[in-house]
Formats: sequence, C-alpha cells, structure tokens
Amino acid sequence: MSVVGRPSPHESAHLHVTGAARYVADDPGPPGTLFVVPVGSTVARGRIVRLDVAPACSLPGVHAVLTIDDIPGDRLWGPIRHDEPLLADGEVHYQGQAIALVVAETEAQAWAAARAVVVEIDVEAPVLTIDEAIARNAFHTEPHTISRGDLTGAFARADLVISGEERIPGQDHFYLETQAALATLGEDRTVHVSSSTQHPTEVQHVVANALGISNHRVVVAVPRMGGGFGGKESQASPYAAYAALGAWVTGRPCRCWLHREQDMAWTGKRHPFLARWRAAFASDGRFLGFDISLWSNGGWTVDLSGPVMDRALFHVDGAYHIEALRTTGRVCATNLPSNTAFRGFGGPQGAVAIEAAIDAAAVWLGLDPTHIRTMNLYGDAPRNETHFGQIIEQNQLPRLARTLQESADLEARQAEIRRFNATSRWRKRGLAFQPVKFGISFTASLLNQAGALVLVYTDGTVQVNHGGTEMGQGLHTKIRAVAADAFGIERDAVRIMTTQTDKVPNTSATAASSGSDLNGAAVARACQAIVERMRAVAADTLDGTDPATFVFANGRVSIPGGPSMAFGELARSCWAQQVSLSSTGYYATPGITYDPAIGRGRPFFYFAFGGAISEVEVCGLTGEYRVLRIDILHDVGDSLVPTIDRGQIEGGFVQGMGWLTTEELQFDSAGRLLTHGPSTYKIPSAGDVPTDFRVDLLRNATNDKVIRGSKAVGEPPFVLALSVPGALRAAIAAFQSDAHPPFLTLPATPEAVLRAIERIDDAESAEERRVS
Amino acid sequence: MSITISINGRNVVLRDIEPTTTTLEWLRQSGRTGTKEGCAEGDCGACTIAIRSPNAAGCSSWRSVCACILPVAQLADHDVVTVEGLAEREALHPAQQAMVDTLGSQCGYCTPGFVMSLFEATYRTDLTDQARLDDQICGNLCRCTGYRPIRDALETVAGTCPHDRFAAACAKAAPTAGPVDITHGEHRFLRPTQWSALFEAVAEHGKPPVYVNGATDLGLWITKRGEKWPLLVDLAALPELGRLTHAAGVYTIGAGVRLSDLEAWAKDRLPIVARMLRYFASRQIKNRATVGGNLCNASPIGDLPPVMLALDATAVIRGPLGDRRVPMSEFFLAYRKTALQPGEVLLAVEVPEPPAGARQSAFKVSKRRELDISAVCAAMVVAMDASGNVLHARLAYGGMAATPSRAREAEAVLRRAPWTAETVEAAAEAIARDFNPINDHRGTVWYRARVAANLLRAFFDETSDASTPALPQRPVGTVVIGGRP
Ligand SMILES: Cc1cc2nc3c(=O)[nH]c(=O)nc-3n(C[C@H](O)[C@H](O)[C@H](O)COP(=O)(O)OP(=O)(O)OC[C@H]3O[C@@H](n4cnc5c(N)ncnc54)[C@H](O)[C@@H]3O)c2cc1C
Ligand code: FES
Ligand code: FES
Repeated sequence: MSVVGRPSPHESAHLHVTGAARYVADDPGPPGTLFVVPVGSTVARGRIVRLDVAPACSLPGVHAVLTIDDIPGDRLWGPIRHDEPLLADGEVHYQGQAIALVVAETEAQAWAAARAVVVEIDVEAPVLTIDEAIARNAFHTEPHTISRGDLTGAFARADLVISGEERIPGQDHFYLETQAALATLGEDRTVHVSSSTQHPTEVQHVVANALGISNHRVVVAVPRMGGGFGGKESQASPYAAYAALGAWVTGRPCRCWLHREQDMAWTGKRHPFLARWRAAFASDGRFLGFDISLWSNGGWTVDLSGPVMDRALFHVDGAYHIEALRTTGRVCATNLPSNTAFRGFGGPQGAVAIEAAIDAAAVWLGLDPTHIRTMNLYGDAPRNETHFGQIIEQNQLPRLARTLQESADLEARQAEIRRFNATSRWRKRGLAFQPVKFGISFTASLLNQAGALVLVYTDGTVQVNHGGTEMGQGLHTKIRAVAADAFGIERDAVRIMTTQTDKVPNTSATAASSGSDLNGAAVARACQAIVERMRAVAADTLDGTDPATFVFANGRVSIPGGPSMAFGELARSCWAQQVSLSSTGYYATPGITYDPAIGRGRPFFYFAFGGAISEVEVCGLTGEYRVLRIDILHDVGDSLVPTIDRGQIEGGFVQGMGWLTTEELQFDSAGRLLTHGPSTYKIPSAGDVPTDFRVDLLRNATNDKVIRGSKAVGEPPFVLALSVPGALRAAIAAFQSDAHPPFLTLPATPEAVLRAIERIDDAESAEERRVS
Repeated sequence: MSITISINGRNVVLRDIEPTTTTLEWLRQSGRTGTKEGCAEGDCGACTIAIRSPNAAGCSSWRSVCACILPVAQLADHDVVTVEGLAEREALHPAQQAMVDTLGSQCGYCTPGFVMSLFEATYRTDLTDQARLDDQICGNLCRCTGYRPIRDALETVAGTCPHDRFAAACAKAAPTAGPVDITHGEHRFLRPTQWSALFEAVAEHGKPPVYVNGATDLGLWITKRGEKWPLLVDLAALPELGRLTHAAGVYTIGAGVRLSDLEAWAKDRLPIVARMLRYFASRQIKNRATVGGNLCNASPIGDLPPVMLALDATAVIRGPLGDRRVPMSEFFLAYRKTALQPGEVLLAVEVPEPPAGARQSAFKVSKRRELDISAVCAAMVVAMDASGNVLHARLAYGGMAATPSRAREAEAVLRRAPWTAETVEAAAEAIARDFNPINDHRGTVWYRARVAANLLRAFFDETSDASTPALPQRPVGTVVIGGRP
C-alpha cells in the first residue's frame, strides 16, 4: 500500500519528545567556540558621532570587537535590493540596528562587553508610523496599481456606497527558537555555517559576500528550525554573517544566538498595513465595486516588502468576484526593524479590509453577512477571473461553502444565537463564515524551482537531500512519504538529510507554502531516474520482459503475479552490475508570469481554497471573549500526509487568530518595542483554542497541477482566522440597538472589543455612506 | 562548597557554582540541551523540568517548573527529571508517546517543555475538569500546532498514574533539605534550616540580604537585568513557612506555601483565593511561586494582594527580635514598598473566615485569559444584615494605583445601603473617585476605569444566584452568567 496519503507521525517526533532533536541553538560548537553579540542601537534614527570599542576590548574574555570597517567583503546585503549595511555605517536607522559585534569566550562576557561599547548618537526624530511616512513622503517603492472594470460606473449604479479605514496590525513571528548560527572555519579559506534559516542559499551568498570569498568556499547547513514562519527567510542571514565574521577574524568557531528580547526588538515582523477603501453594493448584497489603497510599514530597508505588497494587492478581493476593482499599494520607509515575510506574505493583510466592508454592508443593508459572502464568491466563467486577469481554475469555493455551511449546521446555530442574545444582557454571541482563496507560488517566477539528490544504498535504505528546510511544517515527513512511495519501501528506510548547500545548490527559500510542491517534485524525479535504472537490472534478475510493469511495493520489486525480490537485494544487484544508485532531480514550475506595469498576468500556479465558521461569546462588561467553536473545511487537494496537513491548518488558524486578537506590538515614541517578550506580547495559549475545533479536508479535490494531486497548505489556513473578528463584530453588534456597524480595531483585544461595544473609536473609523 | 542534585536518577555534585546560575544555564552547559530556552522569563515553558521538592507537605509529587528563572543552587537536595530522563532505552514515557501519536510536535522546540507538563499530569489525580486541564498546559506556548493535538495528548495521559519508577519515587519520603552555604567570588548563597541561623547570618552580613523563595519574581532580575547579590538567602527550608492551618476562625497560610498547593487547599475553604489562582500565572510558576513572594514584591498588579485586602488578612512578620502583626491594609506602603523592615521575613498571613453568608468573588482581566498579568484585578466581599442592607464591604483592586488598594469611596457608598442594582450603580460611579489609573501596554486609563466599575456590576450580577460563583470551566470572561436582559 502506498504511504502517500496515509497518516504519519512527524518524521522527527521521537527526537522531539526525548529532547534528542538537535537545533542550531543547541550546538555549543567545538571546544574553543566563541560567542558573538551584536551591539544594538538604542536610538531609532541619528548619526553616530562617537564609537569607542576600546572599553569593551579590555574586558575579560573579549577576543574582538568588530565594526563595519572590519568587514573584508561586501558591507551591504539585501534579499532583493542591496540596501542593508551589515553593521551601521555612520548612521543608525532603527532601534536595535547592529553597530558593532563583540566576540568573547562566553555568552555572558559577550553581553557584558556589548554594554561597554561606547556609542554616541546625534538623535534625529524618527519616522515610525505609516501616517508619518506618508506625511514625509518616505517610501521604499513606487505605487503598484491593479485595476479592472468600470469603477465609476459601479459606484454610480450602487445602492450602497460605504468607505472605511483599517489599520492592520503587524505580528511578531515568535518562533520558539530565536535566530541562531554557528560558523566554523575549514582549511583553505572555507567556512561551514550551521544556521537556523529558511534560506540556506541566501545565507551562503551573504556570508561569502561579507567575507569576500566565492560561494564554493561556503557550506551552509540547516539541521531543523524551531519554527520559522517567514521570520528566517531573509532575516537569518545577518546573524549567520555575524558568526562567520567573528570566526573569520578570530580564527575560532563562533556562534550567535539571540535572546528573546533582542530577537523581538531587532528583527522584522509581519508588515502593518493601512487600508483606505470604498465599496459599492447593490441592495441585494451584490458586491459591485471596490477601490482600495494600501500602505505597508516596510521598516528601514526594503527586505521583501515589494513582493509582500504585491501579494497583498493580489488578495484584496478575498474570495469574491468583483467586477470593478482598483487597488494600489506602496511600501513606506520608517525607522523600525525591516518588516519581512510572515506566513501569508501580505495576503492576509490584503484580505482584511474586504471582510470589514462586507460586515458593514450587511448591517446597512439588513442582510446576513454570510449571505453576502456566499453570493459573491468566485464562480464559473465569467465570474472566475481575478482583478489581475488570472482565471481561477478548479474553483472549489461554491461547493466548499455549501458543504461547510451544512456540516457546521449554520442556520440552526444562527437561530440559537439569536435566541441566546435575546435573553442575555451582558453576554452576546456571534458567528461568522469566512471563505478563503489563496494564490500559490512565488510571485517572482524564477524562484519557482527546486533540486534534489537521492542516494540508494546497497542494503535498500535511502538518503534524500533536497533544497527545502524543515521548520516544523512537516516538509520532511511529506518528502519521506514521496520517496518511500517511489521505491515502494517503508518510511523508516528513508532518511531525510540535513539541508546543505553542498548537496543541492542554488535553492529558493522554503517559503510561499511551496516547499512540498517544488521539492517533492524534484525528489520524485530523482527517485524516478533511479527506479528506471533499477527496473532494467530487475528485468535481468527476475527474468521479466516488460520492466515498465514491475511493481515497487512493500519493500519488494515484483513482476505482477510472478517472481519478486527484496528492494535491498535489487540495490545490491545494481551495484554489482555497476549501475548508479544516485540521482539528482530538478523541477521548475511552468508558466508563471506577471507584468506589474499593466497589473496583469498569471502570478500563481494554482489557488488553494478554504472556509471557516467561528462562533464567539463576548462579555459586555470587560470586552473579554471566548471562541466557542471553530469549523474548518480546507482544500489541500489529495493530501500527501493528512495528519501533517491537519496540523498546518489548525496551527495556521490559531496563529492567525493570535494576530487578529491578542498579539499587540507596541512601540514608544522613540521607536522602542515595548512588548518584547512573552510576558507582554501574548500569542494564543492552549485555553484560547476551543475544544470544539472541527477540521475536515475537502474531498474529491485532486489538484491536477501538482505532485500526487496535492496542494500547498502552509499559508492559506492562516487567513481563515478572519472569521474570528467577523464573529466578534456580529456579537458586538448584538449589544447595539442602532443599525450602525460597529468599528472594531485590530488586534481585537478585550479592550478593543469593549471600545467597539461602547463606540469609543467610531469617530475615527471615517465612514462615508450613501444609500440610494 | 558543593551541592548535590539528583538528575534523572543520578546524583550530580555541582562545585563552585555562581549563586545566580540558573538551572537552565547549568543544564545546557552540562550538555543537557533537550531542555530549551524560549524566553528566559518563565512565560513560554520551553524550559520546563520536573522536580520533587524536599520537605513537601504530604506526599511529594513531581512538579513541573521553569528552569530558566530558577537558580540551580536552590535545587540542592532535590530530585530533578528532565526530558532526557523519561524514556527507558527505546520505550518512550506515556507522555512522550502521546505527543508522538497525536502529532503534538511540529518544529519540536516547545515539545520537551510540553512533555514535562504532561509528565506531571500523568501522575496528577485531580485533573478532572476542563479548567484544570487548561491550567496544566497554559504555561507552555506553542507557535506551530494550535494546541489541539497537545490537548488531546494531555487528556490521554492525565491521571493515568502508571506504576513506573517515577510513581515509585513519589511513594518514598521526600528527600531532606539540608543547609546550604556556598560562596563564589563576591557572592554567597545561603539556605538556612533554622531561623536562628538565618538571623545570625543576616546580622553578621551587616547589610540586609536578598531573600528568595520561589524565584519566580527574583529570577527575572537575574535573567533580564543580570543582577548578582552579595548575600542571597533561600527561605525555602525554614520551618513554619509552609504551614496551612485553620483554628479559631482563622486560616493561617504560611508565606512559603507554593501557590499550587494553596490553590488546591483553598478550593473548599477560601474559594475566592482559589478562583484568583486559577488565572494566576501558569502551573509551572504556581509550583514554585509562594504567597510571601507575591505579597512582599508588593507589585501593584499582583493578584493575591487584592484578595488578601478583601479578606481582611493580617501579615505575620518575623524579625530577629520576634514576631509582629500588621493588617494587610497597612502592609502596602508605596510603589513596591511594604511594611517589612530590612531583614524581616513575612512568616504567614492570617485570614479570618469571611462573614457568614457574605457574597464574594475575585476577578482578573487581562489581554490573554491565561498566563498574563492583570490589566485590572479585583476581589470583593460584601455581607448584608437580615434586611438586606450592606454591613461589610471590601472592594480591593490591583492595577488601579501604585499599590494594591481598596476602593474606599465605593465601599462607603455601599455601607448601610440596600444591596440593590441602584446602590451598585452609585458605588460603581464612586470608583472613579477612588483611582487615577495609568496608561500602559496592558490597558488605557479609559479601559481600566471602565472595567474597575464594571467588575462591581459583574460582582452584583454574578453573586445574585450563588454567594460565591463557581469557576468557569474554560477560560472565559469574568462574568459567568448572562445577566437579566
Ligand atoms: C511567568 C510569570 C507569570 C506570573 N504571573 C503572575 C500573575 O498572574 N499574578 C501575579 O500576581 N504574579 C505573577 N507573577 C509574579 C510572581 O510569580 C509572583 O509574584 C510570585 O508569587 C512570587 O513568589 P516567589 O516565591 O517566586 O517570589 P521570589 O521571586 O522568591 O521573591 C519575590 C520577592 O519577595 C521577597 N520575598 C519572598 N518571600 C518572602 C518572605 N517570606 N518574606 C520576605 N520577603 C520575601 C523576595 O525577597 C523578593 O524580593 C508571575 C511571574 C512569572 C515569571
Ligand atoms: S525559557 Fe521560556 S519559560 Fe523558561
Ligand atoms: S511545535 Fe513548534 S512551537 Fe510547538
């Protein structure tokens, strides 16, 4: 029986639960390893007038204190634009920017010495918010506009025109393992870096450039990450470079591992967005036109902000077909950490406003928001073309919505909620349906490629190398299933190796949910190449005439109805007959194109779909609330490993819920992060998740574009969490007697909810309304 | 100058350790890297280990605690189990197996900590309801799984009490805590077992020492501010501090009582104490944190001070010259300042039984329901005479002023007035005159003021059916019932 599609534990579970799983942060390095600590700026913006490292140099255990002048190679790096100095170059641009590096015997000595470095800065007023950046014309990018249909006409025809403004919060990744790297020098000017990164190839490039050496002298290895979520896509690179610089200068192995507080204060986060929108509806709820402008807070450098904004623009339509839609977006430059990739990559931020618009329209029109959502879903042609001109193929939305609404017993529960609310004064309930469509691919088409190296040994066991990194998402578990299936052997006979740049070169980041799509296909191709060679040998040994009919299953290779041999035995035969048992594999996604100049193209290989219904209960005295029940129906195509997919869906949802509810990033007026640890920055805890949490995978949804009919699952479920603020708005409205939509700011902390109930922020919501 | 700790069944001698070395630092430096660091502030649980404390009251059970803020010197004579010590060769412990089976690990970095929380749960027989199950793992954060599988794993193992070597260890008497006196450079750590030894050492030192017990507060000074002290004195082995008694209408709660023990003990005796403790920190923290630590740090946002104020408790203070008593209402003098003189120790709090038939409740409002610090917390006790007029009113708040404080104006409005919705409205208005709260990242002035008043309304509503409302089953807003529409 095939192992693909079967439930499987996580490939490293036995290591996780015994504490045997090794993370970069666990590796103390060889004897003599030194510790590198960056000296972070305590000023958000200014000129360095004095930098004196001497007091630190003389402290016990200190081996070196490095500044920008000690960088032998390229002082700048950047995943897209080469705009980020590895160490401050006379100016500081955010609180936490690395000014110098202290290299010392122990971690404690390094931190102590870091405090002793004298930095004097001529402080300038920082630009912190999107509003300040707009006012000062501080932008990283030019506006990017996508437009379709007759917007003026749509607004003229509308029965209801509303407008609004959403401030969409940022979010700290809060991966449990903070940024970590260990660099060791080898012979002949080579460097080995063990890094907690989603993008080993980029780390390789950044390290090589900083040291001024060629790529072939640098090997980057990623054993596993204690979480990434996008936060280690680009931003692991500087810390790896710091470890490598320390090693280069001192000749000793060096490690760099951030404390939580520094990790939170110094590294970039999900981009906060500002959305200003106008929406046109017909009286029956049809969504006629949507005009939405987005600004994101990019922080001090560009990092990945451009494509993050693009993805936001691609998702402003939510799951809805709107004939006339115009959207434009621009990245603001501020004196904050450089905001970066985070699960969803702008998609979730893009999708927030349209849901607020629908909820507001529902109140004005006296309709059920679920009705408006369902009637406006993408459908059959011509209602299946996005605003950027891509046709949504294999659209599952209408079927998915119907199935979910039935299985979640939506109507009966709505009635029950109305009953409850009628008899309860200080507690009200609300429910919301949230459909999701999410585009899958790197929107930069060249990134959609992957490689693999598969090695079969003569005892029939297999090592698989591929370019993807394991951060908990279960990529290795899926790949193991793919390889075991290709050879017809047990999962345990396959080991997924540490991701290393000397095994598979020139990889893309493990990101954009594409890890298993791309790497799975590359591994499958490598396996296939070996299987073909093995078939030929098996034909000799088993004396069969048609190798194509041989079956690789249950650890054996057999002629149907005829003789068979163990897979290991066949491997030995191959070796004996001098047949190669290793192969590379390579895969590139075909046909991805997008022209930003005209806002048209096919930036996605396919779309993933999902739906959620959440029910909440709100306390009108404190604003506290509880999610009572969640129902999710998600489209993962034909699941490669259903247990892993379920984990991604649940985990993504809860992470999204945290973003929209309790996770509050607060900076002071000097640009210092106030909520820089779990004591003040509250990600969801176990009790925030309802025990009634029903997750199902959409059936009969084979994705004809991807390996084994599966679909990417990392990011799309994150967006399902928008059902929680939706449900909160419904419950809040139940406290209010007038037909005026509540204005709920995000994150929807208890305070935000109480303010919405008592209409404290309504004046700021800047709503314009016209009903004809 | 050494201490001995039993780690995973082996006695390990630690020599020449710095008194502020945390257990997590020591474990990881000694190669035991299965225990992770996620925050070094007690808030994520990645560093969870289990300990069996000496001199514990009754049977000594395994308790999950956070290694990151616990000075390792305090573990002298303790039995410690880390995630590496659970499996017997290839055979996983049930807590580990359950995590594998439910796919409770994704990136796996939080997993060792969860495994240790599940380990404690395996031997707990009182995890009978949702609220306690939630509480058991609220001190562990996971960013990957969304918790559902971990909750499932917890339910699988909780209370299964397998007959294994860990259960056998608990059947034996707890180890005895001997005196400890170690010095590293300028820093000395002392764990006296006699009061006389304590006060002699303090006198000899000349300056007031720094006391520590659970270290759930002091530990942060070590990890976040790099503090070291010339003389750090662990109070944990002193006699009398762990008392929990009831005599002559007075409950005596030793200042060294761990909050998880207090929570269990108070459930049927002082329910509002238990009610507050449900939303206090996490299991790991409560397994270490003491009553004394919570009152003596005098935090304006501490959760027990308002409860003790509302219950009219008295502090029993011990100094070299003997004991003295100070009413709780005179204990908190100013921001983080108490009535304790330098060198004095809080011995116990004495809590009189609340007036018969009194309505009482406790509230904690925070951004996240579990393991969060209060934006506002409150404890209220109101008793009426036969005709329904208020005889006795205590409305005590945290998060509203520089010290935990009673709302005296509001209490005055209540006193002698009939206990009706109208009176409560008037009192709720009066709370605005009692406090000038501040803006911070936990809440604005508006929110604190609004919630403080609303909690009185909630109290009236909640206690209309039962004089002491039950605990909500799952994390939920403070108001249990819906109120009349
Ligand atoms: C993650 C986390 C969550 C927390 N959550 C909460 C919460 O929800 N609510 C809350 O109120 N607090 C909370 N706290 C704070 C802390 O846990 C409590 O205040 C706890 O009760 C302190 O007790 P302890 O024994 O650990 O004190 P320690 O840290 O040992 O000592 C604290 C202070 O009290 C002094 N002290 C201790 N005992 C005595 C004594 N007998 N006599 C004289 N002085 C003494 C010490 O010298 C020290 O200054 C939290 C802390 C952490 C780390
Ligand atoms: S490391 Fe986070 S609680 Fe100890
Ligand atoms: S499994 Fe990654 S944090 Fe829990």
